[in-house]
Amino acid sequence: MGKEQNPPVFLERRSYRQRRLMDALRLLPLVGMMLWMVPVLWPVADTGDVPPIKMSQAITYVFAVWLALIFATAGLWSRLNDVSSGNPSDDDAETTGP
Amino acid sequence: MASLNLLIGVCLGYVTLLFGVAFVAERAAARGKGAWLRSPLVYTLSLSIYCTAWTFYGAVGYAARSGMEFVTIYLGPSLVMIGWWWVLRKLVRIGRTQRVTSIADLISSRYGKSNTLAIIVTVMAVIGVTPYIALQLQSVTLSLSIFADPSGATDGGMNLLSAGFWVALGLALFTVLFGTRNLNANERHDGVVIAVAVEAVVKLIALLAVGIFVVWGISGGITETMARIDASEIGQWHMDRSRWAALTVLSGAAFLCLPRMFQVLVVEHDDERHLHIASWAFPIYLMLMSLFVVPIAVVGLDLLPAGSNPDLFVLTVPLSQGQDGLAILSFLGGFSSATSMVIVATLALSTMVSNHVVMPIYLSLQGEGATVSGDVRSVVILSRRASILIIIALGYLYYRISGGSGALAAIGLISFAGVAQFLPSMLGGIFWRGATRVGALCGLVTGFTIWIYASLLPSFGTDVVLSQSVFDMGPLGINWLRPQALFGVDGLDPTVHAVLWSLLLNTGAFVVGSLVSFPTPLERLQGAQFVNIFAHSGHARGWSASVAESEDLMIMAQRILGAREAQDLFRTEARKQGVDGHLPEPTPDFLQRLERELSASVGAATAHAMISQLVGGTSVSVQDLMAVADESAQLLEYSSQLEAKSSELSHTALQLREANAKLTQLSVQKDAFLSQISHELRTPMTSIRSFSEILRDTKRLSGEEKTKYASIIHVEAIRLTRLLDDLLDLSVLENGQVSLNEATGAMDDVIDHAVATTQAGGATLRIARVNGPVRVMVHTDLDRLAQVFINLVSNAQKYCKADVPELTIELREEQGNVEVYFTDNGVPIPNDTRALIFEKFARIDDQDGSGAGLGLAICREIMARLGGDIFYLPMTNGNRFVVRLPQTLALAAQ
Repeated sequence: MGKEQNPPVFLERRSYRQRRLMDALRLLPLVGMMLWMVPVLWPVADTGDVPPIKMSQAITYVFAVWLALIFATAGLWSRLNDVSSGNPSDDDAETTGP
Repeated sequence: MASLNLLIGVCLGYVTLLFGVAFVAERAAARGKGAWLRSPLVYTLSLSIYCTAWTFYGAVGYAARSGMEFVTIYLGPSLVMIGWWWVLRKLVRIGRTQRVTSIADLISSRYGKSNTLAIIVTVMAVIGVTPYIALQLQSVTLSLSIFADPSGATDGGMNLLSAGFWVALGLALFTVLFGTRNLNANERHDGVVIAVAVEAVVKLIALLAVGIFVVWGISGGITETMARIDASEIGQWHMDRSRWAALTVLSGAAFLCLPRMFQVLVVEHDDERHLHIASWAFPIYLMLMSLFVVPIAVVGLDLLPAGSNPDLFVLTVPLSQGQDGLAILSFLGGFSSATSMVIVATLALSTMVSNHVVMPIYLSLQGEGATVSGDVRSVVILSRRASILIIIALGYLYYRISGGSGALAAIGLISFAGVAQFLPSMLGGIFWRGATRVGALCGLVTGFTIWIYASLLPSFGTDVVLSQSVFDMGPLGINWLRPQALFGVDGLDPTVHAVLWSLLLNTGAFVVGSLVSFPTPLERLQGAQFVNIFAHSGHARGWSASVAESEDLMIMAQRILGAREAQDLFRTEARKQGVDGHLPEPTPDFLQRLERELSASVGAATAHAMISQLVGGTSVSVQDLMAVADESAQLLEYSSQLEAKSSELSHTALQLREANAKLTQLSVQKDAFLSQISHELRTPMTSIRSFSEILRDTKRLSGEEKTKYASIIHVEAIRLTRLLDDLLDLSVLENGQVSLNEATGAMDDVIDHAVATTQAGGATLRIARVNGPVRVMVHTDLDRLAQVFINLVSNAQKYCKADVPELTIELREEQGNVEVYFTDNGVPIPNDTRALIFEKFARIDDQDGSGAGLGLAICREIMARLGGDIFYLPMTNGNRFVVRLPQTLALAAQ
């Protein structure tokens, strides 16, 4: 809110990396939502000529997405920890951005 | 076959263990050794109260009935945790900076600390969560009955209702003991949190153990299990598409809005780093909890006789295989799920009820409000304990009335839909500054009404509250108001229908209400703080505390925080302010801090009301803000006036100092002159006396000598007369008694006369004349003017010490004035004495003592009388005196 008079146009490499990691972190729930909504599009048992998906495949899919999301979140978290260990204050500066 | 008594024994042992753990944790925290209680692991495990007995037993039943749909209940929370950056991070920060004690407190605080909103949210939460508590009681008693009669066909001679009663009583006891032990400033309950964490581990291990037994023990491996699943009656993908999406969203919303989740997510913890770790650790927990649900359901459907309650497969499958130990472990898991949920939920609800319903009523009944005497803390704790008992009693009552009917999952979803009504107001409040109290009220009431009508009341079944005709035809025959087909939208799943309409209209009413209403200043300030919590975690709103008395505040704080804590707080503040003693000044900052401390104990709205009673101003009005602005403007003006005055004063002081220095100098000169003039008078008098004595006493004097002595006496007498004449002259001039003898004459003639007069004795001074182009005529007292000129010329004669003394007399006409310059080539008058030369008795290095120091003073007086001026101009090598006469006098002459 006008606190910093002239924020630099370009960030140094580390801050830049950190911000892109934050972007990925922010996108992750949207990706998860999309992947978990895929079963909505699967053919179901009652209708159509297409054979329905087997339950074992459905379980495998849902839990695979789950694992992938968990690994992605944990991975991003540890990367962020590595990157931001030097400048913890940047986190707050980021939040004032769009 | 494990006997019921053994089971009850195990239960009691387990509960005793929990009591012990909670007690140890409280002790450790009290001794300041509780750092391990605040670890990310405990935080993640405490979040697991999301997984209740509904999840533990119900999920398997749900899977047996609807296949994979059960998993949506876990997908929503997983997404919320993975997306912690969007909402949770902000909620936790707000919870920490605003000292939020519950979700009702958050919403009320955001919308201008409105107690109406707090009460509405509290009531909604109690109504929404009561079925959920009943659900837990139901699941515990159901599971007990299984041990009494594994077939589940009868209740095995065991009184389910009385069992429910004893379970409810035990839970109430635990919650009262560890939830209301003290009125903690941060509303934290270390004992409860650690007990919940232990229970989280127990239920996870129990479910995993049953799952592993089913997969490897019964089915014989993963591949075989998968084959078995595909071959079962739920082996094909079968789902209601709208439910899949709606339940995912609903469970995510409920995860944020459930009072117990808010309690563990925001209130019990304030370290944001824990949240970062929980963002991936908690999804792992959820995944593990749901990993074996489908296999257990499939094996249960396979092994157990048709008609067995699928909600209890977790127990009945091990029992049917003779695995009593595993069954008991599984029972403990279910028991843990139920108890931890009930404890935290009741704790959260009781805080809300006591802070937002009981305390305001109590304070208003007291009449004097915040100024009553006595310790309010005991009242707060008492009201919390009563609230806990009432809420659990309500849950038990619901359980008795509903008679343990209905599938567990259905009841849970109704509860979810109820609390999800908080979502629009909460998210709108933290992301949209335009959200107002009126909007929140509209949204909450609309959403809640639709929820009751479309979800809660139909859940009792037809002809209980709503008649069959209302279901079929709508109330009063209005077709588009049918509770499960609002606005004629038919064919939707009832849960999806209720969630869709209630949340849609809730959001709509919230947005429209916010758009058309205007927030109070307090709302706007709170809104700005909540929405921009990361930009400024400070606080903008201030009390104007002129009326507040520190003593009253102290008394009030003591009653709520406790005497020692309040005294500590006040003493610390006093020290910070640099005030002696225990009572700090009631500055706005301090009041703000105090309000926050109090709000941690009794909620924001109550704390705000209490302080405002003492301070006077109930809230910040626009007038207040304007007054503050006015005041500061006045202060600015006043200070600039002060500044101007002070510079004026210092200027005057400088002038005074100069005047004083001049006076001192003059006084010194006058003293010098008095001694001088007495000397001056004595010298001629002495010679006159001596020569007159010689003339009188000496008989034989020649005529020549007599003449000589007589003429000396004569000259001295003349000198005396002249001195006295000068003094008289000056005195007359100064008193303004002089009469001017005005005549018209040429300036040149006057100068000529003066020069001729002074040169009469044959002087050494060379005088040069520079005349203007025209002859200047003046109309004035020519004799007096001549006197001035004579004085100036004779001064030059006397004091010009040049080798060849020379005086230039120049006549000029300049800017409507006639000016005569008398410029000599002598030594310039020293700087320090220039200011004094026109003063009386002023004499500069007067060696011969012939002058009385009155000449220039007389000149100045004469020129002032004539309407002109005389002044001194220093030259580089010489002195210049300027005599100025106004042109009018000159013009008049022509």
